[in-house]
Amino acid sequence: MARIDYQLIEALVPEGATVLDLGCGEGDLLAELIEKKHVQGSGVEISQSAVEACVARGLSVFHGDLDEGLADYDDGSFDIVILSFSLQQLYRPRLVVREMARVGRLAIVSFPNFAHWWNRTQLAALGRMPLSSEIPYEWYDTPNIHLCTVRDFRRLCQHEGLQIQSELYLRSFERRTVGSVLPNLFARIAIFAVMRGASAT
Amino acid sequence: MGKRRDRADGPPFSGEAPRETRDRSSGQGAPPPAAGLPGPAGSPSRGSAKTIGDVPMGAGDDTANAGIVATRYATVAEPPNELRLESGERLGPMTIAYETYGTLSERRDNAILVLHALSGDAHVAGRHAPDDKRPGWWDMMIGPGKALDTDRYFVIGTNVIGGCSGSTGPSSTDPKTGRPYGTGFPIITVADMVEAQALLLDRLGIERLLAVVGGSMGGMQALQWAVAKPGRVHQVIALATAARQPTQAIAFNEVGRQAIMADPDWNNGDYYGRGVPAKGLAVARMIGHITYLSDEAMHEKFGRRLQDIHDYSFTFSADFQVESYLRYQGLSFTERFDANTYLYITRALDYFDLTRDRRSLVDVFRDVTSRFLVMAFSSDWLHPPYQLKEIVGALRATHKHVSYYEVQSGFGHDAFLLEREKMEGVIGAFLASGARTYHFAVAGPRGTAPAASRED
Repeated sequence: MARIDYQLIEALVPEGATVLDLGCGEGDLLAELIEKKHVQGSGVEISQSAVEACVARGLSVFHGDLDEGLADYDDGSFDIVILSFSLQQLYRPRLVVREMARVGRLAIVSFPNFAHWWNRTQLAALGRMPLSSEIPYEWYDTPNIHLCTVRDFRRLCQHEGLQIQSELYLRSFERRTVGSVLPNLFARIAIFAVMRGASAT
Repeated sequence: MGKRRDRADGPPFSGEAPRETRDRSSGQGAPPPAAGLPGPAGSPSRGSAKTIGDVPMGAGDDTANAGIVATRYATVAEPPNELRLESGERLGPMTIAYETYGTLSERRDNAILVLHALSGDAHVAGRHAPDDKRPGWWDMMIGPGKALDTDRYFVIGTNVIGGCSGSTGPSSTDPKTGRPYGTGFPIITVADMVEAQALLLDRLGIERLLAVVGGSMGGMQALQWAVAKPGRVHQVIALATAARQPTQAIAFNEVGRQAIMADPDWNNGDYYGRGVPAKGLAVARMIGHITYLSDEAMHEKFGRRLQDIHDYSFTFSADFQVESYLRYQGLSFTERFDANTYLYITRALDYFDLTRDRRSLVDVFRDVTSRFLVMAFSSDWLHPPYQLKEIVGALRATHKHVSYYEVQSGFGHDAFLLEREKMEGVIGAFLASGARTYHFAVAGPRGTAPAASRED
C-alpha cells in the first residue's frame, strides 16, 4: 500500500516509538509503522469487524468510541498519537485533538481540506455540496460531520494552545506534496503534527 | 456460571434431564481414583480428537464437535509435597478432573487451558456418550473448525479444586479422617486453583500454554495465570471478569451463602450421607442466576407472563414464568452441585483481588509477558465493561499487548456462554495471530521446543 499520506506520517514517527492510532480501521497504517519503524503500536477502533481484522493481524486494538475521549490514558503515555482521516467524522473533534496532545508527546492529525479550490468551485459556481476523491459521500449519506479547512485547523490549534510542529500538504493519497503556496487553496489533504505549547492550559 | 441449559431463551421448564450422576460427588464421598490418567507426558495426546473418526456420529451437527470424550483424573500434591495454599494451610493429595480435546503437538506448543466459572466443570466440550443430550459447557467454541480449533489446538478443561465435579473439594474424603472434608476443607483461593492446575500441567508434561481462556471466575484464573506464571502463558483471553471481585458481587455471594447456612440440613457442612441442604442451595442459585441475566433478557424472555394459568392464583405458588424458571434452575442445580462447594467457591471469588498486596494494578501486570484479549459484554451487570477496561488500562500503561472487545448483547453476564457468533471471530483470530508469534518465541532464544523430559 503506497499511500503517500501514510509515508509522510511514517516519516514523522521516530524509530521504536510508542504509537496510538485513533480510528485505526483495519490497522493498515499501524501494521506499516510496526514493520518499518518497529513501533510499539496500538489502535482504537469502533467497528467490530475492523477490530476483528486488527486482532487477526496480531495488532493490539481497543474497541471503543473516540468521542468518549481518552480519559483512560495517562498524560504523555505515548510518543505519538495519530488521527488519520477520522477528524471529520467525530462528534467532538476539539475534545479529541486536545486529548491527543495530552496523551501523546506529538499528535498527528490528517484530514481532507474542505477549502480546496475544487470544493470551493462546486459550492460557489455549481451551488452544490462538494464531492471529491477525499470527500466521496453525498451530503445525505456521509459520515463526515465536522469538515474543516487548513485555516480552521490552525485556528483550533491556536485556541487549544497547541504548537504546530509541521504542516504537510497533499494533492491526493497517491500524489506527492504540493508546495506550501496557498495550501488552503491547493491541498486536498493536510497533515498536522502538533504538541502542547508551553502555555497550554 | 450459567450453563447452556440455563440459557434464558429456553422454555422455563425445558424438561431437560438433570445432569448425570457422574458429577454429583456430593454425598458420594471421594471422586473416582486417578486410574484414567494417561501415561505421563508420553501420550497425553491420546486425547479425544482421535476418537472422532472412530465413533459413530449422532445428529448431523455433531460432525463439527469435539466428539465423545471422557473425564480423566490425576493425583497431584501427594504428601510430603502437599500444595501450600494461600491461607498457609497445606492440601494434598489432590485429585484433579480434566478432559482434553485435540492432539498435543510434537513441540507441545499448542495447548490451551479453558477455565470454568462458578458452577462449571472439566467437561468443556464434546459429549460423554453418543446419546448424551448435553455437550460440554463451552462446546459452541471448541471443536474442529471452531474458535478453539481442535484440529490445531490441544484444549484442556479441568475442574477447580474445591469443586464438586471430580476434583478434590469439600465433598471428597479427607484421607486423615476417612470422612468427607465438609467445612474441614481448607479455604482455597483463585491463586490456589491456578497452582493446582499448574501441577496438572506438570503432570501432563506441558511447560507452556499457548493460551489460557476463561469467563467470569475462569477469567480471574486466566489473569492469575498471567501474573503468577508469567513465563508459562503466551496468551490470555479473559471474558466478563474483573481484576478484583466487585463489592456488589461479594454482596450477592454473601446472600447465597447465608441461604445455604440457614438451611437446617446444612448442619455446619456435615450433611454427607444424610439430607443435603437443597433448599438453601436452590435459593443461592436463584440469586446467582438473576445476576447472570439482565433486565432486558428477563423482560424479553418472561415479561409478566403467567405459568400455565390464565389469572393470578392468589397464592404464593409460582404464578409467573420467571418464578417458575428460577425455581427450576434452583432445584436442578441441587441435583448436580454440592452446597459446601458453593460456599468455598464463592469465598474464593470474593477473596480474589490481584491488588491485594496493595500494589497498583499497573505494577501487578508489570512483569507479565502474555498477550491479552479482554472481552466485555454490554449488558453484564455482574462484571460491567468498566471492570474489564480497568484491566486493559493497567496493561496498556506499560504497553503490554492487549486488545479490548466489547460485545453488544442483551444476555447479561451469561452472554459469554451464549453469544457464539459475536465472539468466535475475534477469539479465533486472536488465538491464530498469537500462535504465529508463539512459534517464533519457541524457536527463538530457547532454540528448541520445551523439553520432552519433564515427565518423571
